[in-house]
Amino acid sequence: MALPAVAFFGIFALIPLIGVVVISFMEWNVLGSPEWVGLTNWEAVLFDRPFTWTALGLTVTFVIGSYLFQAPVALLLGVFMAGQQRYRALLAVLYFLPLLFSSVAVGLTFQSLFSPNYGLSAALPFEWLPNDWLANSDLVMWVMIFVVGWCFVPFHGLLYQAGVRQIPQSMYEAATIDGAGRLRQFFSITLPQLRYTIITSSTLMLVGSLTYFDLIYVLTGGQPADAVRILPLDMYVTGFASYNLGYASVIAVILVAIGLTLSLLLNVLSGSSKMDSDKAGA
Amino acid sequence: MRKATRMAAAGLGVTSLMAISACGGGDNGGGGGDADANAWILTGGGWPAIEEDFNRWNESNEDAQIDVEGIENDSYKGQIRTAVGSGEAPTLIMSWTGGALLEYAEQDAVVDLTGETGDLEERVFDSVWQNGQVDGSTYAVPLNDVQPVVMYYNQEVFDEVGLEVPETWEDVEEAIEVFNENDVAPFSLAGGSVWPALMWLQYLTDRHGGEEAFQAVVEGEEGAWDNESILFALETMQDLGENGGFIESYNSVTADQNEDAQLLADGEAAMLLQGSWVYATINQDFPEFADSGNFGFTSFPTLEDGAGDPSNIVGNPANFWSVSADASEEEQQIAMDYISENLYNEETVDAMLEAGSLPPLNDIEEEIAATEDADFLEFSSQLVGDANHFQLSWDQAVASNVAQPLTDNLSGILRGEMTPQEFVDAMNAL
Repeated sequence: MALPAVAFFGIFALIPLIGVVVISFMEWNVLGSPEWVGLTNWEAVLFDRPFTWTALGLTVTFVIGSYLFQAPVALLLGVFMAGQQRYRALLAVLYFLPLLFSSVAVGLTFQSLFSPNYGLSAALPFEWLPNDWLANSDLVMWVMIFVVGWCFVPFHGLLYQAGVRQIPQSMYEAATIDGAGRLRQFFSITLPQLRYTIITSSTLMLVGSLTYFDLIYVLTGGQPADAVRILPLDMYVTGFASYNLGYASVIAVILVAIGLTLSLLLNVLSGSSKMDSDKAGA
Repeated sequence: MRKATRMAAAGLGVTSLMAISACGGGDNGGGGGDADANAWILTGGGWPAIEEDFNRWNESNEDAQIDVEGIENDSYKGQIRTAVGSGEAPTLIMSWTGGALLEYAEQDAVVDLTGETGDLEERVFDSVWQNGQVDGSTYAVPLNDVQPVVMYYNQEVFDEVGLEVPETWEDVEEAIEVFNENDVAPFSLAGGSVWPALMWLQYLTDRHGGEEAFQAVVEGEEGAWDNESILFALETMQDLGENGGFIESYNSVTADQNEDAQLLADGEAAMLLQGSWVYATINQDFPEFADSGNFGFTSFPTLEDGAGDPSNIVGNPANFWSVSADASEEEQQIAMDYISENLYNEETVDAMLEAGSLPPLNDIEEEIAATEDADFLEFSSQLVGDANHFQLSWDQAVASNVAQPLTDNLSGILRGEMTPQEFVDAMNAL
């Protein structure tokens, strides 16, 4: 049964990964033939290229910012969607919509909305609206976190909705009899019961935003470089605009290493390796 | 398996880097035993006319078939590079000349076409033909329309403030003052896309110091960026940005959705420096403005004390064909026959003109005069025909590892986060 999965993983992840590691020790501009240069690329990318650290800093800001924005919103949305309120089903469909749009369409649409000449600022009378949202180095990171969050909150909301639906109703009934209010129920029942959902969702959010690329690329075109070019964009530009495949592969390996460390760390910290049923006695 | 799946999730996004480069066009290579020659073209724009040209060629040359494949613009550059690098290039290799062609020629990936191009050399404008030459030998020939960068303007806006369209830089400075007093932006600019700003940098450098200033950069001369003309151009651009030359929000305006052209059409800005393709865009997207009689076009202003030839222009001379050195002799012969016998034949030239695009030929005046867009085509044809030098876009002209830093640093100039001296120092350090 495991064979197809192993084959899939080998062909689409392991072999390319090994390839990238090998190329990270080579100088290659695609046109000529690759040349073995040992650790030169690694030294250059890590020590002689200040932008690597700028990009890493931007990546950390983007990952943490995205998490802080997406996690609470998704959790609250999920809890709401799992409830029994009026119009809930209708609203749930609306919330879910952003997930269905292609990221190119989302990028171009938001680009238009943020335009100081023809965007929202032309339609609405707020004074703070006309601004260089996508061109100002101080603003564009937050705009990116918002737009990417807008796209992914529905997915995580869906995970939480499913998680909340799994919690036995009897626990809430018992709590109500004990006199616990809604807030107390949320913190003492819903949140602890959702812990595995939170781990899953957090892993996907953190690793996902670590390697996120397309929407940011469409939305900003990768400019201003020192404000938006997180590592995946830096890797793409280095590899496929400047054709420095050696450097790009080093960046790729760094990304893989950070991504793996992050997801392993999350698993260890959350103790999910001894994951067991949390329904016992419910 | 759980661990493996996690690894896949983390690694898949990054490692697809390899998947892309490994798959790039290997299956379409022309190096194999297939007798047919082949060519990759782009999709959209004027490319369907080129595809039809190939279809007609194939119908009348049964023993010299050329397979054509259309590739999306953005992925083309990566794919063709991978294919050429791995010896699997199509017989006909399309490029924008510049840095890429130079690399192909240095790697002996393309064939010397000198003397194999029939009467093309006499028919094509010199300023365009030069771009396909490396060290005096012809490695590439133009295949489609020429795209000079011109100055568009909105006559209505000029009439409102009582100004003439500027012909010299002094006129420009006066116009900026008057427009600012009247709350109109003198120039629309898609600074958010950065490459339209490159047109300004190129024209200002050329007007100030002539084509030699940038030629030194292309030839890799030590410290060539630190040139007084390039510095002048950068300073002038920052001045235009800070003192009301460019529209206030220029850093947020992008060219992707033609916002820069819309600002001109709406009368928010008086002028726009852009490529000749914007003529078609304005006719298509803003027909009211195009038909109002206010839509005008002229050449870039002259600089009073500038050392550059005022007939010089910048832009995209055309797309060019080269012939792959990895193709078999038979395939190469088919490609060369196609180039010498068929390029810019009557039917294809008519199709281009009908679409409002201009083949860079000196023998089609009558055909141009008969078209719907005769005004604009005659203007551009004269511009290209009279040009002493046609400067290819700098981001195409430089080596591939310089193009991206050029864009990044120019973006820094536009946002005022970099001084001109910092720009040239950063470019020299590459």
